[in-house]
Amino acid sequence: MVATDVKLAVRDLDIQYGGQRALSGVSLDVHEHEIFGIIGPAGSGKTSFLRTLNRMEMLHENMTVNGSIVFDGHDISEIQNVYALRRHIGVVFPLPVGLPLSIYDNVALAPRLSGIKEKSDLDEIVEQCLMRAALWDEVKDRLDALGSLLSGGQQQRLTIARALSQDPELLLLDEFSIAVDPVTTMRIEDVLKELKEEITIILVTNLVQQARRLADRTAFFLDGQLIEVGETEALFRGEAKDHRTLDYLEGRFG
Amino acid sequence: MTYSEGDGGVSGQSLMFAATPLNMRNHRLQWLFRALFGLMTLILVVPVGIIFGVLLVRGGPAISFEFLFSYPSDGMTAGGIWPALVGTMWLVAVSLIASVPVGVAAAIYLSEYAPDNWLTRGINLAIINLAGVPSIVHALFGVGAFVIFAGFGTSILAASLTLAVMTLPLVIVATRESLQAVPMAFREACWNMGATRWQTIRTVVLPNAISGILTGVILSVSRTAGETAPIMFTGAAFFFPFLPSSVFDQTMAMAMHLFVISTAVPGAPDELKYGTALTLITLVLLMNAASIWFRSYLRGKKKW
Amino acid sequence: MLAKRVKRSAPMDLDHRGRAWYIDKAVTFLVFVGGISAIIFIIGIFVFITKEGAGFIVGPLNVREFFASLTWRPTSSQNPSYGVLGLIAGTASVTGLAMVVSVPFSLGAAIFIGEFATGRLRESLKVLVELLAAIPSVVWGFIGLSIMNPLIIDMFDVPVGIGVLNSGIILGLMAAPIMTTIAEDALKAVPDTYREAAEAMGATKWQVIFRVVLPAGKNGLVAAVLLGVGRGFGETMAVLMASGNAIQIPTSPFDSVRAITATIAAELGDAPVGSDHYRALFTLGILLFVVTFIINLTADLVVKGARRA
Repeated sequence: MVATDVKLAVRDLDIQYGGQRALSGVSLDVHEHEIFGIIGPAGSGKTSFLRTLNRMEMLHENMTVNGSIVFDGHDISEIQNVYALRRHIGVVFPLPVGLPLSIYDNVALAPRLSGIKEKSDLDEIVEQCLMRAALWDEVKDRLDALGSLLSGGQQQRLTIARALSQDPELLLLDEFSIAVDPVTTMRIEDVLKELKEEITIILVTNLVQQARRLADRTAFFLDGQLIEVGETEALFRGEAKDHRTLDYLEGRFG
Repeated sequence: MTYSEGDGGVSGQSLMFAATPLNMRNHRLQWLFRALFGLMTLILVVPVGIIFGVLLVRGGPAISFEFLFSYPSDGMTAGGIWPALVGTMWLVAVSLIASVPVGVAAAIYLSEYAPDNWLTRGINLAIINLAGVPSIVHALFGVGAFVIFAGFGTSILAASLTLAVMTLPLVIVATRESLQAVPMAFREACWNMGATRWQTIRTVVLPNAISGILTGVILSVSRTAGETAPIMFTGAAFFFPFLPSSVFDQTMAMAMHLFVISTAVPGAPDELKYGTALTLITLVLLMNAASIWFRSYLRGKKKW
Repeated sequence: MLAKRVKRSAPMDLDHRGRAWYIDKAVTFLVFVGGISAIIFIIGIFVFITKEGAGFIVGPLNVREFFASLTWRPTSSQNPSYGVLGLIAGTASVTGLAMVVSVPFSLGAAIFIGEFATGRLRESLKVLVELLAAIPSVVWGFIGLSIMNPLIIDMFDVPVGIGVLNSGIILGLMAAPIMTTIAEDALKAVPDTYREAAEAMGATKWQVIFRVVLPAGKNGLVAAVLLGVGRGFGETMAVLMASGNAIQIPTSPFDSVRAITATIAAELGDAPVGSDHYRALFTLGILLFVVTFIINLTADLVVKGARRA
């Protein structure tokens, strides 16, 4: 195994919703330039885990988080500017959200917030991000149409384009393919493989085969616990240490 | 075999649904209640139609270019209503300048920031009560706070601020409603991109609520234009045959003028009174109709 | 990716609070001030009317005389008297009549609009009711004075047509749209599943309304009536213009009465600032404020109680 830089170090993470435990005692490292897969059945705490990584828990009144999350050497509970943290971390949620702005403004929003004003720069970012999200060809002639009126699949790609427009160092994808057709999913998966050269990706997925296709390493969550983390290939070769992981991978539950 | 069973079932059913005497009675009762409640609704609505008709018939002939744009004359027994119209515009404008920023800020706080705690409950209670306080009590407050304490004297400023406090709940409630109609997912998407709360409000929430806010503002304009009690002692004059030149002037106002000529000017011709009443009610209803039309137009124009 | 992108502020900007951060904090503070302004104003109203009225409460006020005497003679130089019983009777009689006139019709209209009317009819009725609510009170007063007055004189053959009956009807017409709107909201708040469940059991429409919808929406209807009472109680201009303004306990619907609100409106202009008369009028304001506060609070609690149930 090659020594790699740790992009994100999570230690003893506990998440509760008003006393109800959603995740407990999770410790794991995500390495720079890898796709880190997270699999597990619904309700296993995957989404709650993602939410804490960019400190969205601040906005959920009854959500409490304990443990430490270190991003690029910074303990995220101690940083002074949480908005800067969120700009470094792109998020794509399962349900697509096209903002009620023009398609162009949807993608240009994050760059504008970080201070880019030059029209030509913005044009370039919008075009590149939409291309990467496999949406450019469909919308290039109507960039001023409302993003919120696109079809579900298009909105999801718009969401991905928006996440990319933040120029993130870490990209969190939460079951992104739910609202996208298989062909587009494949195209986005190719993009993710390319992106890996530049950024780090955490991919939460309910499709075991998607994790197998993309993830370098994969973590298995079950009932709010991290069962195990391993090289994806090894896990799928049947070398999982825990029998529950094997059962899940083989589709015996989930 | 199967067929006959089916037939039996069908005929049994139709028998079950045949009108029984009880059923007929119920049907008649239902019709009766419908008619009764419909009549009650009519009784509420019809007098107003009649009243508006009377105002139109008696006041209509009075309304002319001359009536609208000339000064009252002969001790307010002749002439027009121009200074009152202009005065009402002053009052409306100045009170909007005061109430809209405060009201919108309050609504943004309540919709976007306020946690569910005692303070928020207190604010909501205060809004309800502010809307329920009698207008004459608002007038007393205006006298005590703006005319005397703040030293504005009886002036457009004091009257407008009194009106602003009174219409504040209207602006707050309408704005809060339209802010809350913007789906939460839009905010979360922005926050995830590293937008601050204010950036989120500015770029996504407010632009999509602005039309709802405008509806509320139009309503508060109509309310402001029609109020009399709050301005009687704070800035509206019985007779002030000049156009105001600053917010520290007194002014005539439409609502006050109608009160004055119908109670305090003996010998004011009916035509003048009805004309004034018709102008005022038309102004107010037009604005309300505009806000209603605007609202339904927006409802039809989906943005998500 | 995106080589031309502005280089990220090296090494990391996580501890740097930029302009946006400070603007956000400033806005948070500003809207908070806006938020508490409602509380500031409601307290301000109480403080300022109390400040002006306090001199009367600690001075000439005789609580027994205030509530039990019919003699309101604040301008008498030898023997001023501040009995508000007549004024209370005026307000009560006018508001009472207004409620008798408007409560049944408002609730009936709410039931019709909410449960019977559909589609276009329903929308137009709602718009009409909304427009009704928008008519300024001074216009209502004018209607009482100019249209109702001769009408009452003709119909009942009485010398004067302004009084309890006139202002009661006017006030009823004014309060009705508010009550109708709130009552209709209360009926709308009753979940459709209730109606469907009852209809599934074979209940007819009116049975559904009387056995299910009205009991379920009871609290909202009570609140609607309370707010209507509050509106009638606090109404000023219409009552001032249509009630005749004689201070007495009415014995017939054609009697002239004077309401609390109308008294303030009629006399404040003539009362020298700081005089006992002036302060007594502010004390009436305190009375109005406290009573409407209680009415609104009760209505709010009744509605909340309904929601919790």
